[in-house]
Amino acid sequence: MSESFWAPGATHAELAEAFNQNEARVNWHDETLWWVRQKRDRMARSVPEWELLRETASQIKEQVLSSLSEYLEQFEAQATLNGVQVHWATDADEHNRIVHGILKEHGVDRMVKSKSMLTEECHLNEYLKEQGIDVVDTDLGERIVQLAGEPPSHIVLPCIHWKKEEIGELFHQHLGTPKGNADPPFLTHAARLALRKEFLARRVAITGVNFAIAETGEFVVCTNEGNADMGAHLSDVHIACMGIEKLLPLREHLGVFLRLLTRSATGQPITTYSSHFRKPRPGQQMHIVLVDNGRSQQLSSDDFRGSLKCIRCAACMNTCPVYRRSGGHSYHTAIAGPIGSILAPNLDRKQYADLPFASTLCGSCSNVCPVKIDIHVQLYKWRQVLVKDGYVAVGKKLSIEAMNYTLSHPGLYRFGGKVGRWFMRTMPWLVNNRLNPWYKQRDMPTPTKQSFGEWYKANRP
Amino acid sequence: MKGGNLKVGLFVPCYVDQFYPQVAIATLQLLEKLGVEVVYPPTQTCCGQPMANSGFAHLTGGCNELVTRAFLGLDYIVCPSGSCTLHLKEHLHSDTLPSAADHIRGRIYELTEFLVDVLHVEKLDAYFPHKVGVHQSCHGQRGLHLSQMTELVAPVFSKPGKLLNMVEGLELVELDRTDECCGFGGTFCVAEEAVSVKMGKDRVADHLKHGATYITGADMSCLMHMEGILRRARSPVQVKHIAEILNQAR
Repeated sequence: MSESFWAPGATHAELAEAFNQNEARVNWHDETLWWVRQKRDRMARSVPEWELLRETASQIKEQVLSSLSEYLEQFEAQATLNGVQVHWATDADEHNRIVHGILKEHGVDRMVKSKSMLTEECHLNEYLKEQGIDVVDTDLGERIVQLAGEPPSHIVLPCIHWKKEEIGELFHQHLGTPKGNADPPFLTHAARLALRKEFLARRVAITGVNFAIAETGEFVVCTNEGNADMGAHLSDVHIACMGIEKLLPLREHLGVFLRLLTRSATGQPITTYSSHFRKPRPGQQMHIVLVDNGRSQQLSSDDFRGSLKCIRCAACMNTCPVYRRSGGHSYHTAIAGPIGSILAPNLDRKQYADLPFASTLCGSCSNVCPVKIDIHVQLYKWRQVLVKDGYVAVGKKLSIEAMNYTLSHPGLYRFGGKVGRWFMRTMPWLVNNRLNPWYKQRDMPTPTKQSFGEWYKANRP
Repeated sequence: MKGGNLKVGLFVPCYVDQFYPQVAIATLQLLEKLGVEVVYPPTQTCCGQPMANSGFAHLTGGCNELVTRAFLGLDYIVCPSGSCTLHLKEHLHSDTLPSAADHIRGRIYELTEFLVDVLHVEKLDAYFPHKVGVHQSCHGQRGLHLSQMTELVAPVFSKPGKLLNMVEGLELVELDRTDECCGFGGTFCVAEEAVSVKMGKDRVADHLKHGATYITGADMSCLMHMEGILRRARSPVQVKHIAEILNQAR
């Protein structure tokens, strides 16, 4: 979905504040995702070698990134031998044009798409809509947000911010289900019936890619609903879109990644379907679009390269106490949460300069990451880069500079502290007012007469 | 206790110096009780973290030089804050005295890890007959590994917990979420006021739900944030830094 969903220039703090207007909803959102985090914990603890698996996965991905161009060429050669047409896209626009070109070639104006965060990142749906092509998202969660005219708020659970009653109402409006029916199995069945028609009528299917194997040229798509398989098997043309970082060197490496992916994502041992695609069936066309869109740039940075190890499990979102209490849409980008906050500034520093600050740097994200991306360290490093590049509000810059000047001069610091505490004691309204964001919902600490430094001087001469 | 011949520099976080002097006093007294010689260099101000975490690490040269010069030639530096300790451990450097800064980075300890790992404290003469909830500050826990982290599949331990269990009369309460962030986060607490407060309210509620009458921890910044929320709600529950509890004699 497009950036137009968000008010131009809206920051995470503003969008999160709006989300927090309804505290009961925040509680519900937080508890739902915390429940997923707990499922993930139980599943991780069922694998005694869990930490070794994470380390192994991390090292395999490091290896991929260190020789990415070689693995990409090997993958292209193998896939081509398998009869797959491989395309290269420098950016989102080229990706969208390649997909549109394939559709045009087949004279197709409607198609089905299973969940692909890459196509969200590239805003493919809007692009194709502008070209007069009708796209139906077939993943249930994606279909819900598509009907609602929203982007996904979570990369694995796209409509996690929707309550079942609201989905019942949405389906009543769009699919004609009875008003007031919010029974999840019923609604799922209704969506399935509606989608079944689309599957049968559409000749082109787009899927994402979870893992691509350089050794064999095959790719793996993990879904719980089987909609990727349904789309791909019924279609005359299967287009798989993938970021260039999705590669694994060998097929045997899937034994590491398939064990980690879904345990980390939803706390399941494995997705219902882990579908391996290697070559088109007779009479079918298969295309792979390899997309860079800023990844080479990220690859060239020692500090931020590691973000490309990401396998899009969303464990960092489920564990993030900020994400759970601000909702995915507050990140105003396709990939929300901690990982999104270190990916997005690479695409547009100005637009996403707020995201690395939408974190307390608590570090929980790095601990759950199945490929051990040092997410919170990269958030800290992005802050330094963004400030140096000037993407910081003047008021903030001035106040930090003033604070730093005071803290760099012990005499001024002691004097300032004494004066400040005196003002707080004698004129508390100076800080206890609505201009002070701390005071809005929290009391200020009690100002003491004596600092520790003053006490020490008086008591330990 | 092995404190006898150690000379330790006390690093006091700026906001503790100004707003919570009793925490620094308790730290000093506790260390002295354990036989440690403690000095407090008066020229110290701040570890520099408020600037660095806001993206202004390039401005922290002044603070870095002050810390490096203040703590020259000491056996250990002890600080009653996991967060400030972690910042200095990871980021302290000096252009004029680089090896002195290296030395400090390797010798600075948060208070509870100093008590457990260096002094090997097994017994404390402390009395605090209350139900206490422990708040794990993220930098102390995930940064300094003061306690095991719930995300990892690894053996459970807790240095603050070990010390609190030596306190007579103290009852630790279990929490639903043992290591979730309180939402303080430095300048995050004002820049992201809504989420920060919500996180703090939820943390406090977990302690209240389990009957804590005191919330303690190794970082006064988290406790300051939760104290602000407790006071606004007119709750009788209080926050107390772990040094104050460990230093509380009968």
